[in-house]
Amino acid sequence: ELRARFRAVRHTVLVLSGKGGVGKSTFSALLAHGLAADETKQVALLDIDICGPSIPKMMGLEGEQVHQSGSGWSPVYVEENLGVMSVGFLLSSPDDAVIWRGPKKNGLIKQFLRDVDWGEVDYLIVDTPPGTSDEHLSIVQYLSATHIDGAVIVTTPQEVSLQDVRKEINFCRKVKLPIIGVVENMSGFVCPKCKNESQIFPPTTGGAEKMCQNMNVSLLGKVPLDPEIGKSCDRGQSFLAEAPESPATLSYRNIIQRIQEYCEQHHLQEEKIM
Amino acid sequence: SDRTNLAGVRHIVLVLSGKGGVGKSTLSTELALALRNAGKRVGILDVDLCGPSIPRMLRVQDSSVHQCDRGWVPVFVGHDTAIALMSIGFLLERPDDAVVWRGPKKNALIKQFVSDVAWGDLDFLIVDTPPGTSDEHISTVEALRPHQLLGAILVTTPQ
Repeated sequence: ELRARFRAVRHTVLVLSGKGGVGKSTFSALLAHGLAADETKQVALLDIDICGPSIPKMMGLEGEQVHQSGSGWSPVYVEENLGVMSVGFLLSSPDDAVIWRGPKKNGLIKQFLRDVDWGEVDYLIVDTPPGTSDEHLSIVQYLSATHIDGAVIVTTPQEVSLQDVRKEINFCRKVKLPIIGVVENMSGFVCPKCKNESQIFPPTTGGAEKMCQNMNVSLLGKVPLDPEIGKSCDRGQSFLAEAPESPATLSYRNIIQRIQEYCEQHHLQEEKIM
Repeated sequence: SDRTNLAGVRHIVLVLSGKGGVGKSTLSTELALALRNAGKRVGILDVDLCGPSIPRMLRVQDSSVHQCDRGWVPVFVGHDTAIALMSIGFLLERPDDAVVWRGPKKNALIKQFVSDVAWGDLDFLIVDTPPGTSDEHISTVEALRPHQLLGAILVTTPQ
C-alpha cells in the first residue's frame, strides 16, 4: 500500500535533530519553499510532530481543514506546487494538547503515509519532533518500503545541542539512514545596525564543524540568527521571500542547493545501478 | 518501597514546556542551584530519556550510579550541601549512544526512576522533562501523583 503511494515520490528527505528548538521546522518549511521556487517541481511537506506541530503556523495555514476525497486525504496547498500535511490540521483548536502514547502516534503516522494523496511529488520533506523515539522509529520503518534519500540533521553551536545531535547521528547509522549532512543554525548574530557579529550560542566545543569532522559527516552550512526568521515563522511567511538580502537567506539557499545536488546525484547513481 | 523512597521529599516541582529548546533543563539546573544556595536540600530527576542535559550542566557527566539496598543511589553534586541527581545519562555506556526506545520501555524506566531512587530527605525534588506531551509526561505524572506534587513550572520563549 505504502509502496504504491510512494511510487510517485522521487525524493524523500527527513529533517531530524535529537535536540528541540534548534530550527527543524523552520528549516523544513524553508527547504520546502526553496525547492518549490522552481515551479516545475512538485513539493510536499509532511509534519509528523504530533505533540508540537509547528508547520501549519509557519506556512500560514493555521485553521485550515483537511479534506477527504475518493483517493484519500488531500494535502493543504500553499502554492500549486507545494502541499502540506500536519496533525495540526486535524485539531479542533490549536491549543488542544495531543497527549498520546507511542502506539497511537504511530497509528497516525502510518495513516498519513498511507492515506494522504500527494500525487506525483519530486520532493517529500518530513519534519520530525525532537528525540529518538516512536515517531522516528516508525517513520524510518514505514518508509523502508520505499526509499529515503537521507536525513538532514539540524543543530545549534553549543555542546548541550551537539550532545543530543551525536546521538541522532548514531541513530541514523543504527537504522541505516543515510545522512545528507548537518546544518548549524543560530550560528552567530550579525547586528543589523553596526554589522558586528556576536556568538549568541558560543561553540564551546568547536560547534557543528568539529563534530562533523569527528563523526565523518558533511557540514551542509551554517545559518546565522536573524530576528526576521522568527518573525516570518510567526506570520506564516517565507523568510526567503521576505528577506532575500539577509545573510541567513544566502546560507539557506546554499544549503538547499547542496541538498538538491545530493538527491539528484543519488538518483543518477541509483539509475546507473538499475 | 514506593512510599519509602519519596516519603522524605517535601515538594515535587515539574518543569515543563511542550516546546523544545526553550530552556527547561537550564532553568531546572539554575532553580536547583538557587534553592541549594538558599539552604534547601534539593534533588533533580531528569526524565528526558532521549536528550538528558542535566549531568553535563552540573559537570557530572562522567559519573556513574550504583545500587544500595533501597535502590539506586543518586549522584551527589557538590560537597557540603549536595544536589542529588538522577538521570538516564548516567546509565548510558557511551554518552553518544542514542536511547531509541518506544513508549512502553520508556514508561518502565520512568516508573523505576520515581520509585527506586534513594533520595533521602529533600525539601525540593525538581523534575526536568523532555519537550512534548507524550509517554514520558503521562508516565511521570502518573507515577508521581500519589506523592507531594507541588505543581508545574512552564517555560517558553517569546515567539
